[in-house]
Amino acid sequence: MTAISNRYEFVYLFDVTNGNPNGDPDAGNLPRLDPETNQGLVTDVCLKRKIRNFVQLAKEDSAGYAIYMQEKAVLNNQNLEAYKALGLKHESKKLPKDQDKAKAITEWMCQHFFDVRTFGAVMTTDVNSGQVRGPIQISFAKSIEPVLPLEISITRMAVTTEREAEAQGGDNRTMGRKHIIPYGLYRAHGFISAKLAERSGFSDEDLQVVWQALQMMFEHDHSAARGEMSARKLIVFKHQDALGNAPSHKLFEAVTVERVTDASSPARAFSDYQVTIDREAIPASVEVLELL
Amino acid sequence: MSYGVRLRIWGDYACFTRPEMKVERVSYDVITPSAARGILEAIHWKPAIRWVIDRIYVLKPVRFESIRRNEVGGKLSASNVKSAMKSGQLADLVTHVDEDRQQRAATVLRHVDYVIEAHFEMTDKAGPQDNEAKHAEMFKRRAEKGQCFHQPCLGNREFPASFELLIGDELPNPDASLLGTKDLGWMLGDIDFANGMTPMFFKAEMVDGVIEVPDYSEMKS
Repeated sequence: MTAISNRYEFVYLFDVTNGNPNGDPDAGNLPRLDPETNQGLVTDVCLKRKIRNFVQLAKEDSAGYAIYMQEKAVLNNQNLEAYKALGLKHESKKLPKDQDKAKAITEWMCQHFFDVRTFGAVMTTDVNSGQVRGPIQISFAKSIEPVLPLEISITRMAVTTEREAEAQGGDNRTMGRKHIIPYGLYRAHGFISAKLAERSGFSDEDLQVVWQALQMMFEHDHSAARGEMSARKLIVFKHQDALGNAPSHKLFEAVTVERVTDASSPARAFSDYQVTIDREAIPASVEVLELL
Repeated sequence: MSYGVRLRIWGDYACFTRPEMKVERVSYDVITPSAARGILEAIHWKPAIRWVIDRIYVLKPVRFESIRRNEVGGKLSASNVKSAMKSGQLADLVTHVDEDRQQRAATVLRHVDYVIEAHFEMTDKAGPQDNEAKHAEMFKRRAEKGQCFHQPCLGNREFPASFELLIGDELPNPDASLLGTKDLGWMLGDIDFANGMTPMFFKAEMVDGVIEVPDYSEMKS
């Protein structure tokens, strides 16, 4: 597979209705907030997790699309078994001194694992060559306007233990809490370096998988906590040149998201916003693709 | 002849992690020379040249914010990959994030804006076809057009840096709160990759928003 030969940037808009897009472990799983502006945040790693999960679903175990960072609650001690089977020593944690061997290892990882090829991975200690820097870089997603997290108390008509049941005299009820955002439209920026893609072997086919993932990943990530989340817009800037033809911030500035309904009342739907692309501001050498 | 460049870089977030506080990352107050070098290298670099940071201009007040995220604790070991290469079994070679979860807070900078003043030196890897003017022009051409090898970042890759080449002698004014002298303490200057990756430190002092970066040789390891 040949690596992509164009630099890309993308603006990704997604929204949440009555859900928690990304909980903050520092704040008891409340939706993440920028404390200065009260805008909602979704971390880069949260979005990457969803891309990985989607690729795992869509590609199952097809060759070259394995996922290295898996989300799975099964204890897997097969690593050690493999060692024993191959008679390898467990201590040898460093990359081989031999540059060619080190390269072969990194290349093999890139070939087999989609997420290593796309986002990179840190391999081993000490030796620098054991790192893959993937071509895709994603920033924190931020809501267009401040969001207001709500705490919703819920009840459960059962208890976990006998003791609790006795204490309640057979009432058997527990209270819980959910944190939701009534509505929030989030905007994330992404960068794809053709030069780093060359090194990890990130191909055009992989790129299509990423676009597909961004468009569909929320459809396969429904849960009680998330509410309704959906991808709304994916605007891609394709540079003619591998190094790029325009500064990324200029391209991002060409995409504006504005309120079209009365801004004094809170937004509750995507139709409260309008997305405009100022095509005049984008040089001819950069192609704008509206994938969604 | 000097081929100095001035590059303005800015962004919403930044984390220039202090080496002594890496588990729960705490950023330095300002960008380190090594991070600044990395930004220049993201735009243009060849083994023939070495970027040297001369001065850092801080334009916005230093403000922090905390972010806690779920992270993965372990790193992939090469021997695991080797055994998987031999056996062809990918199933043994995955990291289950649920089992290796660490929640880590990061104290990061908000709304940063700097000007990096730097020049480069030729290294002994420079061939006959390399000359200073060529590399200086390449850098300028790329920076002016917004071209880069990969998008530079402010310490971590999730915090992308916007950049703009400054032409001429005029510098943007720093925020009024930065006027006066502020001791930033010992700060990482760079890592000496030639000598077993020894970190090199210098005593940073910010005078009216400007930090003079000493020569490499004057830093302490």
